[in-house]
Amino acid sequence: MAQFITLTNGGSCPAEAVPVLRYDDFAACLKDEVHAGAGICSFFGVPHARQLRLYIVLVKKDEATLAAGAMDVGQSYAALTPEFPALHLFEREIYEQFSVLPQGHSRLKPVRFDGTDSPQVGDMDFFKAEGNDVHEVAVGPIHAGVIECGHFRFQCLGEIVLHLEISLGYHHRGLEACFNQNPQKNALPLMETLAGDSSIAHAWAFSTLRESLNHTAVTRRAQTIRAIALELERLANHTGDLGALAGDMGYLPTASFCGRLRGDFLNMTAMLCGNRFGRGLVAPGGVNFDLEEALCLHLEKKLRPAARDVYGAVDLLWETPSVTSRMMEIGVVPEQAARDLGLAGPAARASGLRRDVRITHPLPGLQESQLTMQVEKSGDVYARARIRLDEIHESVSFILRELGGLHGQAEPLRAGSAGAPGVYGRPSTFGAALVEGWRGEICHTALTDAAGRLQRYKIVDPSFRNWIGLALAMRGGQISDFPLCNKSFNLSYCGVDL
Amino acid sequence: MLHGLIERLRQKKRTAAYPGKPPVLPERFRGLPLIAEAACQTGSCGKACASACPTGAIQTHDNGLSLDLGLCIFCAACASACPHAAISFSREYRLAGTSREHLVIRAGRCGQAEDNPGDIPLLVPLDRKLRSMFSRSLKLREISAAGCNACEADCNALGNILFDVQRFGIDFVASPRHADALLITGPLPKNMRLAVQKCHAAAPNPKIIIAAGTCAISGGLFRNLSGQGKGVPELFKPDLYIPGCPPHPFTILDGLLRLLGRI
Ligand code: SF4
Repeated sequence: MAQFITLTNGGSCPAEAVPVLRYDDFAACLKDEVHAGAGICSFFGVPHARQLRLYIVLVKKDEATLAAGAMDVGQSYAALTPEFPALHLFEREIYEQFSVLPQGHSRLKPVRFDGTDSPQVGDMDFFKAEGNDVHEVAVGPIHAGVIECGHFRFQCLGEIVLHLEISLGYHHRGLEACFNQNPQKNALPLMETLAGDSSIAHAWAFSTLRESLNHTAVTRRAQTIRAIALELERLANHTGDLGALAGDMGYLPTASFCGRLRGDFLNMTAMLCGNRFGRGLVAPGGVNFDLEEALCLHLEKKLRPAARDVYGAVDLLWETPSVTSRMMEIGVVPEQAARDLGLAGPAARASGLRRDVRITHPLPGLQESQLTMQVEKSGDVYARARIRLDEIHESVSFILRELGGLHGQAEPLRAGSAGAPGVYGRPSTFGAALVEGWRGEICHTALTDAAGRLQRYKIVDPSFRNWIGLALAMRGGQISDFPLCNKSFNLSYCGVDL
Repeated sequence: MLHGLIERLRQKKRTAAYPGKPPVLPERFRGLPLIAEAACQTGSCGKACASACPTGAIQTHDNGLSLDLGLCIFCAACASACPHAAISFSREYRLAGTSREHLVIRAGRCGQAEDNPGDIPLLVPLDRKLRSMFSRSLKLREISAAGCNACEADCNALGNILFDVQRFGIDFVASPRHADALLITGPLPKNMRLAVQKCHAAAPNPKIIIAAGTCAISGGLFRNLSGQGKGVPELFKPDLYIPGCPPHPFTILDGLLRLLGRI
């Protein structure tokens, strides 16, 4: 029987080794994998001999590997979404980008409003509930706070939300298309600004692929510094999110403590590389800045009290019954829905899914990270908050452990050479890399042509998979719970809009 | 409750001593670029800095080079590329300016030496009339015009207890109707244009336009991509430019306070 190919995380294979299956075989393989617990990371089109070749990347459940496969389609094909709901947005995207019709997909609406004949952004045929007492609430694109832009359309019956539809595309800058021409010198900075709060994670995924396609072995030291930076990124954002949740519940002490502490973690990243968001740290081949012994000690001296303050600030939340009860049973995403829709990151783990590629699919050199996966069951705002607190504990101990281990390792920070201009890596090669950013797993996929130039570069930010989770969490809830639910996901708009 | 009070005491007062004392920035912080004229040998080096720059911020001329802070993302690729170590980064965080021309560093100066005697971009405070309206109360409507969320995050940081921007009478408001200034971040691609125009129209006059971050000033990395994000100046003339990717919160705060004539 036909099968998908198996890859390691951050691994690559000759492009022709990725099996191109007939539609039925493709669907059957996908079904087998998904039934065995695999998660869908990426599904995208590449024009190929006047057809469209659709590639899929999956993360396997019980093995530390990825699976990849492809199929060729013409002007249309039977949509896979009805059987695999996690593909709903991927198929919409394929339709928008290539006008290839997934027949039977019930909502082929624009994703980024970037097609040549796309309607004006936001001009969408919103799902509408009808009836005398039903009303509609439109929010955005510009929101009340200091936050990115997007449009939310609620169908309400009184205070109850019947349905929430989310229309994005306002932040579309044209990022993905420019990689498909060639990696210019701005490729890495673009990765760092793709979703600014995940600069390290995206830069790492990009660099991993570049290394894989060039057989560059990154030193243990460089990989460890990246891992420390990734956890600092997680600490800053998780802390900020807990503070913002507290703020939305009107519990101000935690909100203001965490606002400051978030900055402390950003400053630690700046100690490492000069930029609060980690820009300039990660590069193909390794890292640009070292963590010398003195800096390790300094970082440790900053981290311990900051962590202590976060625990102190956040424990207040858990000690205050009016706060915990505000979060419980609000915005519930049941486990099955989270699995079917392919949610990622803390949002998935809060609903009971065991998904964390740091632990299940570690990148080369990080197999002994000793991280423990944090999982909750209830799938509500409470669970998504709890996961963050537990992950803060994990990240702090991880960083302290790794800082200790860095002493005395004398290894270069950068390996490999830049390569010829325009050439991305080995010719006709396919590679995929997953990095567990603070929002969830980031998937980058690269495909090179016969000259080693990029033919396709595909980026999937976890937000692309999770927005639907927010919509679902709101169903049947009160519209006044929206800010809280929204914060508990804290998704990226620009990470989707690219 | 009691615990809350104890924790409050334990977490102490954290508000920065700024502006009384200058901020302490990390050693590796990349602020205002410095160009060592004597070391720079444009022509003989193959213009390594200009070709390394991801945003086209560097132009070479017969007698040296110019570096446009309005395009620069402070990545330091130029500094690593230069064989003569002619470019370096200082920890000078005061980067905001009121004229686009003065963001261009040439011959070790920001803008033309004659009209900007300082060594940071020229920032002319608001005139007396506007100052009398805004200097003690400035309400900002922040618009993320496709920002990557880093500029937004560091604007948000201004509201935390460390920067505590409210102590200067500056605050972020939800409605443009309540705003004295629009603080715009992001490259403002075509999908954001209409929303920004409407927001601008909804804010009462007189209003101040602030372009914060390299994307907002020029589109930065995104200016030549298909989304057509070329920055705020495509729509309105900014009254204040705040370079950085993203600008440090102190860079933003410094720009605002100097614009208001507060420091
Ligand atoms: S630091 Fe600025 S001028 Fe130098 S290469 Fe980077 S973007 Fe260009």
